[in-house]
Amino acid sequence: MSTASEFCAVSLTPEDVKKLCALARLEIGPDEIRDLSAKLSDIMRLVGELQAQDTQGVDPMAHPLERPQRLRPDAVTETNARDLYQANAPLVEQGLYLVPKVIE
Amino acid sequence: MLKRAMHEKTLTELSDALAAKQISARELTEHYLGRIEQLDADLNAFVTVTAEQALAQANAADERRAGGTATALTGIPIAHKDIFCTTGIKTSCGSRMLDNFVSPYNASIVAKLEDAGVVMLGKTNMDEFAMGSSNETSFYGPVRNPWDLERVPGGSSGGSAAAVAAGLCGGATGTDTGGSIRQPAALTGLTGLKPTYGRASRYGMIAFASSLDQAGTLTRSAADAALLMQTMAGFDANDSTSLADPVPDYVTEIESPWEKLRIGVPENFFDDGLDAENAAAVRASLDVFEKLGATIKSVQLEHVHLSVPVYYVVAPAEASSNLSRYDGVRFGHRAEGADDLIEFYMRTRAEGFGAEVKRRILTGTYVLSAGYYDAYYLQAQKARQLIAEDFKRAFADVDLIAGPTTPTPAFPIGQKVGDPIEMYLNDIYTIGANLAGLPAMSIPCGFVSGLPVGLQLIAPHLAEGRLLKAAHHFQLHTDWHRQVPEAYA
Amino acid sequence: MDWEIVIGLEIHTQLATKSKIFSGASTAYGAPPNTQACLVDLGYPGVLPVLNEQVVVMAIKFGLATHCEIAPRSVFARKNYFYPDLPKGYQISQYELPIVHSGHIDIVTEDGEVKTIGITRAHLEEDAGKSLHESFHGSSGIDLNRAGTPLLEIVSEPDLRSAAQAGAYMRKIHELVRYLEISDGNMQEGSFRCDANVSVRPAGETTLGTRTELKNLNSFRFVEKAIEIEVERQIDVIEDGGSVVQETRLYDADRNETRPMRSKEEANDYRYFPDPDLLPVLIESELVESIRASLPELPDAKRARFAEQYGLSDYDADVLTSSAELADYFETAVAAASKAEPKAIANWVQGKVIAALNEDGLEIDESKVTAADLGALVDKIADGTLSGKLANDVFDMLRAGEGTVDSIIEERGLEQITDSSAIAALCANVLAGNEAQAQQFRDGNEKVIGFLVGQAMKASQGKANPQQVNEVLRRLLAE
Repeated sequence: MSTASEFCAVSLTPEDVKKLCALARLEIGPDEIRDLSAKLSDIMRLVGELQAQDTQGVDPMAHPLERPQRLRPDAVTETNARDLYQANAPLVEQGLYLVPKVIE
Repeated sequence: MLKRAMHEKTLTELSDALAAKQISARELTEHYLGRIEQLDADLNAFVTVTAEQALAQANAADERRAGGTATALTGIPIAHKDIFCTTGIKTSCGSRMLDNFVSPYNASIVAKLEDAGVVMLGKTNMDEFAMGSSNETSFYGPVRNPWDLERVPGGSSGGSAAAVAAGLCGGATGTDTGGSIRQPAALTGLTGLKPTYGRASRYGMIAFASSLDQAGTLTRSAADAALLMQTMAGFDANDSTSLADPVPDYVTEIESPWEKLRIGVPENFFDDGLDAENAAAVRASLDVFEKLGATIKSVQLEHVHLSVPVYYVVAPAEASSNLSRYDGVRFGHRAEGADDLIEFYMRTRAEGFGAEVKRRILTGTYVLSAGYYDAYYLQAQKARQLIAEDFKRAFADVDLIAGPTTPTPAFPIGQKVGDPIEMYLNDIYTIGANLAGLPAMSIPCGFVSGLPVGLQLIAPHLAEGRLLKAAHHFQLHTDWHRQVPEAYA
Repeated sequence: MDWEIVIGLEIHTQLATKSKIFSGASTAYGAPPNTQACLVDLGYPGVLPVLNEQVVVMAIKFGLATHCEIAPRSVFARKNYFYPDLPKGYQISQYELPIVHSGHIDIVTEDGEVKTIGITRAHLEEDAGKSLHESFHGSSGIDLNRAGTPLLEIVSEPDLRSAAQAGAYMRKIHELVRYLEISDGNMQEGSFRCDANVSVRPAGETTLGTRTELKNLNSFRFVEKAIEIEVERQIDVIEDGGSVVQETRLYDADRNETRPMRSKEEANDYRYFPDPDLLPVLIESELVESIRASLPELPDAKRARFAEQYGLSDYDADVLTSSAELADYFETAVAAASKAEPKAIANWVQGKVIAALNEDGLEIDESKVTAADLGALVDKIADGTLSGKLANDVFDMLRAGEGTVDSIIEERGLEQITDSSAIAALCANVLAGNEAQAQQFRDGNEKVIGFLVGQAMKASQGKANPQQVNEVLRRLLAE
């Protein structure tokens, strides 16, 4: 059961924010971090109200539709449109999308 | 009827005028394009004006009319929120990230309206990736409210709202994830319809929060909303969450005689957060319904106070994932000069996204991350269930739920943009319908200090017909919806 | 110290659908880069996934064949991470609620024992694209043709105790998915890939040691070699007083070593959550039952039946059922024969037939000698029409496309001479022409009979029945 007492008021430190930025692939300037951690802490305080709600025995609701997934017949309906789709691509060569070298 | 200027007419009136050949689609289109040219510099409602294509579509509409195959929408000029993909036309979603993005395909609702013969005047401004309630987060700058240029039109469908309210188009599409149609409709004196989740296809509508996003309309009247939704709604095989239920004839249904209607009013909507004059306008409109024969009773939405917290967990969570595809590889903005892959991603996304989008991505990343998932995301999903059950219980006793759309009328540009929490609380009354997937509308119900305010109506799943009919009958007996800002009359 | 090895395998098998798991793009292998990546596969703004019904059917088939429970409700989730070959920045997979789970399969261990290996789960997911690292002046090229190809990820329990068992398990799963026709199992094309979780612990210890995950194990041989080398490495680390680090390691086949992956992975945090673009997959028991009824005979059952019905050794039954196609070939040949013993046909299939296929680089269903031809041919040995040697010749002529069994025998007059008067005349001639050798035999040199039979066979151009010739010669020499 979730009760308010189990959760401390969350506040995000600049270190937390840096970690989140790394996970979300967002570069963040040193001058932005303080303001960002303050605002994210505000947001987490706003949503913190949830912690006080007793939800024991409640099924999580992932979706507003209580219907099953519809299935599509296994048929090929698409044809090659590479040139059209790659018109939006910043950098392509020999039909490949280019990115800085991937190291495994 | 002919007394009104062309741009003050409802779509229904324009449709009749086109059918009666009192006006051509070409004339109508030229008229609106002229107004956009003349007036949009102040409003900033459009990101892209597609004049050439609009005129070609207008000519085609006139030919189709002459050929006898016109629909009620053939030749009707509308605008699309720039969140809907449109073939061969920039689709920016209000973001620098997609400033250079030209969609190779049409969103399903765009295609349906195009098939019916509508004329697209252009793409309207919006909060970046639909994240905002004031239209101030757009890469293309804020949109101004035609009722007061110093104030916001609401958001995220603020461009669509301002464009319709100022008579720059006959009606417009919008999307509503937490109130993004209803809130701007309220703040600009329009009728906004968000249908049941799954009623209109999401295919080609750029995703913000997939379990909440729904396409809808911003129009001058409920009859106009019925007219557009009649064509927009319906099954789409490309959207797994699209409903196959048949689309009723809304246009006919709303004209049918008034029946007894039980309207539930959640008293906790009328709390301290609600502006007193705004509340009075809403109460007065409930009296109108009562006079029309409706029964007004109070209902309990016990968990509705959790709507904002639930929303600000669920929506950012889904958004953080939905926006991961913007990585500078296949489309969109790409940072220059990064040699390392991770640096490349981080800079591309830092440059392409604005501050509010970044905040939501980080919030969503946080609530889904290891150690926090159960406390936030899972807990929010459970609370979402409680909110949805509240609505279900309430609808056992009433046919519609009514209340305010927003806590206040339009606020000044710049007032809340620095404070996300203040901004988020704008959607306090509208979010519940998204969480539960219910159809909901905002209709004009009065003015506070010369600014329009809205009445929100919420209906059970797939009861759009009932919702539109109630709104239509209200509008047959009131004229709040026929008010036009003086400068744009 | 004695060490116990603990291995669990994760096998990714591409499902043999025509179109992708969530889009209508083709899954055919080998197309020019990005020509089979549609808007959905590319993760374009606004697009949505719709599930292919065949992948559901195929997953159920696998589940039924491995005694799994079929989940009445399964859910697709998003696994979030950034990688250039992952267009949406998340992979649609199944996490908490996989489509099938809690099954098992039997393998034969290196000691010849039958061992049951648990299957934790098998779930549906989409494949990623490919990064090509060469020749783009410091850049990698991304081909997304493979993105969205359906995969079934089959996760075993950590029940495997040696590299050989891991190999046996992988072969068993490979054989099964091909029997079920849910995957082509082509390892060169990456349709069947394997990761191994490997740990060691002192014998008798019950808690698991720290495991490493080995990637890039794309052949049966690599799986075994990589596990062997990794086990050695882990034991060395521990015996040198160190401890194994939980990490992902790549197997380098050229150097026969494993090494940690170099990519900077911050602690993986995939932030799984239910994909809001997809609804729960509900499977009715009627569907499961109709799929159950349509399942082909599975390898273990077929193996047992072959041994029983055809009187084959376990070894022969095993070889002949190693693929459904080979088993079908054998059974068709048996059905086409009226006199030949199944065992004789089994020998031919495992001998001449397979050798010829290997030489020609063909699959069994492409064999130039059809199963019906083979049945007819072995029949001719059984009824004495052909000698073994002549039958070999006829087989080669069949393979060269020179006719049918009957037409070849007739046109070339290959029929064995069994007429006793003709053979008696032939033998009399041979004895008359080789009196010295005939006398040697009569004087007690038994070995000379071979020479005399050879002469008779030569005189008959190989067509006389050698057994008969032998008998007739002995009778004449004894007179």
